[in-house]
Amino acid sequence: MTTEIVIFTILFLLVSGMGFVAARWRRADDLASLHEWGLGGRSFGSWITWFLVGGDLYTAYTFVAVPALLFGAGAMGFFAVPYTVVVYPLVMLVLIRLWSVSHVHGLVTPADFVRARFGSPTLALLVAITGIVATMPYIALQLVGIEAVLKTMGVTGDLPLIIAFAILAAYTYQSGLRAPALIAFVKDSLIYIVILAAVIYIPAKLGGWSSIFAAAQAKFEATPAPGDGVLLNAGNQLQYVTLALGSALALFLYPHSVTGVLASRDRNVIKRNMSALPAYSFLLGLIALLGYMAIAAGVTPIGKDSNTVVPLLFDKMFPDWFAGVAFAAIGIGALVPAAIMSIAAANLFTRNIYREYLRRDATDAQEARVSKITSLVVKVGAVLCILLIDPQFSIDLQLIGGVIILQTLPSVALGLFTRWFHRAGLIAGWVGGMGAGMVMLYNISSPTHAHFAGSGFPLSQLGLDTKMTIYAGFLALIVNLVVAVLGTFLARALRAADGPDATRPDDYTADKDDPRVHEVETSGST
Amino acid sequence: MTTPRTDRSNWYWLLPIPIVIPLITPLFNAVEPRLFGIPLFYWLQLAFIVLGVTTTTVVYRMTRRGR
Repeated sequence: MTTEIVIFTILFLLVSGMGFVAARWRRADDLASLHEWGLGGRSFGSWITWFLVGGDLYTAYTFVAVPALLFGAGAMGFFAVPYTVVVYPLVMLVLIRLWSVSHVHGLVTPADFVRARFGSPTLALLVAITGIVATMPYIALQLVGIEAVLKTMGVTGDLPLIIAFAILAAYTYQSGLRAPALIAFVKDSLIYIVILAAVIYIPAKLGGWSSIFAAAQAKFEATPAPGDGVLLNAGNQLQYVTLALGSALALFLYPHSVTGVLASRDRNVIKRNMSALPAYSFLLGLIALLGYMAIAAGVTPIGKDSNTVVPLLFDKMFPDWFAGVAFAAIGIGALVPAAIMSIAAANLFTRNIYREYLRRDATDAQEARVSKITSLVVKVGAVLCILLIDPQFSIDLQLIGGVIILQTLPSVALGLFTRWFHRAGLIAGWVGGMGAGMVMLYNISSPTHAHFAGSGFPLSQLGLDTKMTIYAGFLALIVNLVVAVLGTFLARALRAADGPDATRPDDYTADKDDPRVHEVETSGST
Repeated sequence: MTTPRTDRSNWYWLLPIPIVIPLITPLFNAVEPRLFGIPLFYWLQLAFIVLGVTTTTVVYRMTRRGR
């Protein structure tokens, strides 16, 4: 135990030191603008972007929660693999257009884009609030990842968690996006080492893959639950597919994903990363199987908290020193996304609430200062969320987060390709999708939870005679799109005023050698 | 820059392949054939990562600019 804690602490402190030093890395003249503090100077090449976005999307929570899902429910949890396979071909064209228009117009957030494209501060505000609300519980959940590790090491009490987040808050404040970018190198290297060791070493100790899967099958056959098993059944295949596709559609609508993408140097960096990032998907697939290894190894979660199964498995199978390295990998793995998410949420507040409604003539330096302070507030909020409220609340909120962030798809993702929608139609669609999503999630129950028990909505509740379930977010998005289309026709028929479009068609294809892109980069914001 | 830029290329029509195939559950919802003792469901879905990477790599190389 002590060896584990010592190694964990040393690696954690080492990385924290890097976070502070990062302010000087690829030094800018000053960090007092969102382009520098919040987007790292928009200058990251392929390697840095790979580590940064990889560290951003594949979070500590993912690494702990996905195997926990397989441990508990089996095949359904493996949706994370098709999800992270289909996402890259799906978003490639979307992201390069977002990159171009953002660089020409000096945009920092997805809501900035909506503001410019549809000329509607209200729609931009809705997108910004959706982003902030969806991101907050995600940050809180990173703490759940650290907590699971601390619990396994026998560290109790809230203080260690508070200290870890205080350090994180301090270096994010000082270094901005450069901190997680630099730390991501260490985090990802550690994770790759640990997982490759785990998938070679642990199956060998457990008698091979056949016996691991046999143990999992035996466990699921012994449970009364209908939805579990090592394969999908007739009831949950549609849920599997829509959850994978819906999650893929949602991923790059999250503000922190956009932050990572906009920080890259040019369009080629993004395109190349679309074929390099799936390396993490492979890793995630292997990590998911740790859930079955935990079954075969006879791991019992600490106090029904299934998020502890992976740390417990490491603790049981690895020598102490290597378990310490593995725990550090998960702990540090929580810091990178938490930092980027808090930066992204802070940027949304600064650009789309502070600048839009509180101080229209804010200078670059003022924007950077507001963002830095907001990033602190966001992190304090996340810690309070975990400490004062049941962590289950954060898990419920994150589930809701995925559903609500999808509701920004018509204005952000479709908006990059077409200006056909009327701003009133998009607002109506957002309201409709949001309402439908909430009603569905509220009505999903399980033996242990009366409401918000998951994301699989039973189609029987719509009067269909079937046992099939579907991802609630996906259905909510369909409602959103239908309302947005009808609303657009209605608004046109009533000749309602539409907002001006500040973008031009060739803004969406501009690249770094385009004179307009440079002009914006040197002069700061719009 | 001299020529007007465009995001139109026939190579982009390859992208739907790795989006659609991994979502067809009947392709992989089975235990046999196993690979190293791993059921089809798991190894084939991991193999789809290769399909995705190959497609995006081809599209990237065929559509990149300025080389």
